[in-house]
Parts: sequence; structure tokens; C-alpha cells
Amino acid sequence: MLQSIERQRHLIDFTLSSLMRRKGKNFSVLFVYTLVVFLLASVMFFTSALRKEAHLVLTNAPEIIVQRSLSGRFSFIPVDYGKKLADIRGVVSVRERLWGYYYDPEFKANYTFMVPEKLPVEQGTIAIGAGISNTRHAYEGDILSFTSPDGVLRSYTVKSVLSEESQLVAADIILISTEDYRVLSGIPPGHATDLVLTVRNSKEIATIAEKIKKILPDSRPIIRDEIIRTYDAVFNWRSGIMIVILCVALLSFVIFAWDRATGLSAEEKGEIGILKAVGWETSDVLLMKFWEGAAISLTAFLAGVLLAYVHVFFTSSALFLPVLKGWSTLYPDFRLVPFIDVNQVITLFFLTVVPYTITTIVPAWRAATIDPDSVMR
Amino acid sequence: MIDIRNIRKVFNQGRPNEFTAIDGVDLTVQLGDVTVLKGPSGSGKTTLLTILGCMARPTSGRIFLLDREITSLPERFLTEIRRQTFGFIFQRLNLIKGISALENVMAPAYPAGEKFSSLRKRAMELLDMFSLTHRAAARIEWLSGGEAQRVAIARALVNNPSVIIADEPTAHLDTRLSREFMEIMKKLKEDGKTIIIASHDPIVFDSDLADAIVEMRDGKLVRVGATR
Repeated sequence: MLQSIERQRHLIDFTLSSLMRRKGKNFSVLFVYTLVVFLLASVMFFTSALRKEAHLVLTNAPEIIVQRSLSGRFSFIPVDYGKKLADIRGVVSVRERLWGYYYDPEFKANYTFMVPEKLPVEQGTIAIGAGISNTRHAYEGDILSFTSPDGVLRSYTVKSVLSEESQLVAADIILISTEDYRVLSGIPPGHATDLVLTVRNSKEIATIAEKIKKILPDSRPIIRDEIIRTYDAVFNWRSGIMIVILCVALLSFVIFAWDRATGLSAEEKGEIGILKAVGWETSDVLLMKFWEGAAISLTAFLAGVLLAYVHVFFTSSALFLPVLKGWSTLYPDFRLVPFIDVNQVITLFFLTVVPYTITTIVPAWRAATIDPDSVMR
Repeated sequence: MIDIRNIRKVFNQGRPNEFTAIDGVDLTVQLGDVTVLKGPSGSGKTTLLTILGCMARPTSGRIFLLDREITSLPERFLTEIRRQTFGFIFQRLNLIKGISALENVMAPAYPAGEKFSSLRKRAMELLDMFSLTHRAAARIEWLSGGEAQRVAIARALVNNPSVIIADEPTAHLDTRLSREFMEIMKKLKEDGKTIIIASHDPIVFDSDLADAIVEMRDGKLVRVGATR
């Protein structure tokens, strides 16, 4: 047992000094490898955190949202539509919502104004998301101004800055009173942005949505599960732009691994011959190459995952921003809440470390099975 | 005693470039002796050395090491025998570049799993024996020709083999270093080592160290004779 441990120790020692003497080659391999893992891990962290965030938001979202659609375009919904909806069997409650977007040309950012259903906001005051607070350097007691559709600049006092629990929701939000928002947005009295429904039995949601379409032909019911599915479809492993990035990264990894698999230098082959001649077995050579592959791939894996974590959760996926967040003006400062799916990390490990380690062994196996007398010839 | 009987070694058998390197050789190497294989380039000396040192298998014939037949042992056992019984000194030294002299000396013993401290101590003793203690940490490429050769000899001795096999050891050495090499071989012989050297250098085969001279030509033994 001790002998076996010592043997492993000797081989690891030898492997490390082997790696150090081909610094240039091995560091370039390590660099490329880390880059590939970094890309893959960034995509994984980004998508899973985004989906997690979306799920967090949507779990508390209403089961059915009813909007009004005129000529295929969104239109404010009359509040008295709610009475007809409340009469549908299975509908527990109908609430009107007032909310909308506001584009701030000065900061080139979109804000979401919302009239909260609970904890009403005092007239003349607003509560703002952390993102807006950072962008506009506005804190409690400051005054922010927005232009209403009639061109009048209207000012509100910041009552509070919302917590950062979920930046996706909170970052760009401005909570405002009903009266103020009607003035600021120009939504006429008796109308709302949309109506939200809660239903008794979630299995009946689809049926209720169909009934809504029949009763109010100009309405457009949106089911929560559909939104969740859309998020999944866009940011899931198997779809959207993610698959493109993953494919490119995986393809580059395959090319890189293939290059390694076929590229054992004459010097390396010579050394394997020497080691065999002085008394190493084929298995010793393979074990050494295994440690070599493991040392590089584990280092690259850890470094890549760590860098990806920093990239996604501390730099707000700076490299992906232009690609993935074309709608990023919605969020003045978008920072995902750190979340890691352990299964995905394990998958990444098996996608990168294992194949690389194997590809380092295969060419070594070919070289290690040569006759030791080759060094004599 | 190493005994080989009717050994043949054919390379590229069955192909147009088939080549018989050794053709029906019988030879007995006595333990404790210095045996010199002599002959021109291409006479089969090196091939015979590889067969004697369990590095290569003969195409036909039988090999006995201390009366035990080892001809058809699996690679694993053959490697173990090679590691425990033989120490090799190569024509081009074949030291591993980029690592230290000490690591080169220790490398053949790594698979045995000996305790690191005792292995290192033994390797340092060997380097000390060849006045190389101060060069232990030096990389191979930083050593002079003579130093590199002594490191190669130290490496051959690290597993304390009973047989030293040297292939054209003086081919790349000047006269002074060649004589130095023979002095070291003399000391090893005095320590009871069996030494087999392939060489066509007169400094080697004319030396009074050789107990037996085996002359080869075209893969066959031309003459086997004791020097005394």
C-alpha cells in the first residue's frame, strides 16, 4: 500500500517537473483549455442564473394576465372587463394593474413604473430599484423628474430604494401611486394596463383562458406557464443562442483535444522510449501521462469555472452583454444573483476533464507500447 | 550467467525490407566478467545487447538468466527483470533534458515505489561517488560531456543492478574521457558487477579490463575468446 502511494508520488513528481520543462507548450495548452472551460461555464452560469431568476419572479406571478389587443397592438383594458371575467367559473379574483415603461433619453435606460397592489405609495413620492439608484445617483430624499405625455416635467421624492434580492425584478422598477401614475402615463380613468386573474384549480387555466377569448374577443390572455416555457426555450441548454455558443466552444475543444491526441512530439516519444529502456513499464508511462492530463485539465477546469463565476456574477457577463442582452437597456445595471447548479458543474467536468485526460493517454499508449530498444537504434 | 542459444533477430519480417540483424548466435556471459562485443557498425552488436538486456525479444532462440529461461516472459516480468538486473549506459547517454541530474539518476527507480528519502539518499551517494554532488540540482543540458556521462553511469547503477550494459559508451568521448570511463568500469568490476560493452573503440577492446572479447560481423559471431 505504502509502496503504491510512494510510486504515485514519484510519478506525480516526475510529471510536474516534466510539465515545467515544457512551460511554453503547456501554458498555451492550459490557456486555451481554461478559455474553453471559461466560455462553457460562463454560458452555463449565466443561463441557469437567469432561468433561476426568471422562475423566482414568475413563481409569484399571476396565473393569467389579460391584456387588450386592438389591431394586433397592445391597448389599455377597460376596468369593467373585470366584472365579466369574475363571472367565469373557477376564477377566484380579478385585479387591475397599472404599470408601464418609461424611456430615459438622458441615461439611455428603460424604467418600469408600477403601481403596487400592496403597500400603497404616497402621492408625490416614489420607491426606486437599486439599478436606477446607482445609475441616477438618487437616494432617499432626492427628487427625480419624469416627463408626462403632455410634455410637463413632473417631480417625485424618492421615499426608499428597493432591496437587491432579485435584481432582475427590482433593478429598473419605480413604484408610484395610482393617481401620480395616471397623470404621468396618460392612462385614462376606468382603464388599466392589464388585469390579473387567480384561479381555483390550476388544471383549469387553459380552459379559462379559452373562455376569456370567447367572452372578450379583443382580449389576449397570457398564462404564467407559457412565460416560464418561453424563458426556458430562450435560455435553456438545448435552444436559442446558448446552443450556438456551446457548440462553438465544444467544437473548439474537440479540435484542441484532437490536436493533443495526435500531437505527441518526437521529443516526448523519445523520452517515453528512454523511460521504458531504464525500467518503466507501459503502465507507469500511462500513469504518468494520466497525471499530466489530470494536472492540466483540473487546473484549467478550476481556473475556468472560477473565472466564469467572476465574469457572470461580478462583471455582469461583460463578454456576453452585446449578444445575450440586446434588450439590456431595460436594465441600467444588471447583476445576477449568484446561483450555481451543481449538476451542470458536474456535467461540465465530464465534458471537459474526462475527455481531455483520455486524449492525453491515447497517444502515450501508442508510444508506450513501442519496444524499449528503440532508444538504442 | 547469461546464456543465449541459437538467437535470431529479424526486423521487418515478411516485408520487402526484411533484415536479419542476428543470425544464430550462441553466447555465454559469465557473472563478474567484463565482456566486450566488438565489430564494425551494422555487425549486430547493439541488437545483441538489447536481447541480452531483456530490452528486445529474439525472433527465435532461447535466453537463460541464472539458468532460468526468460525468453517468453510477458512484458511486465521482463521489465521487472530489466529494472532489477540490468543498468544501461547508452551511446547518446539518453538523459532526459530539462530535469536535474538528480532526477535523472532517480528516474529508473520511480516505478519500484521506494521511499523518497531513501531513494534520494542513494542517488546522492552515487552522484557523490562520481564527484557530482555539486551538480545534483543542475539541469542535464548545463553539464559538461564528462559530467553528463557520469550522470548516465550513476543512473545505470541506481537500482543496484548486477549487470551493466553499455552501448558504444566512448563513441562521443575524447580519449581522456574514454579512459576515465574505463577507470569507472574497472571500479565497478571490482565491486563484482558483470559488465557487457559493445564497442569498436580500441581503448575499450584493447583494455586489460576485458575478460572476454566477442567479435561480430554480419550478425554472426566471428570469434569468441578470452583475453587472458
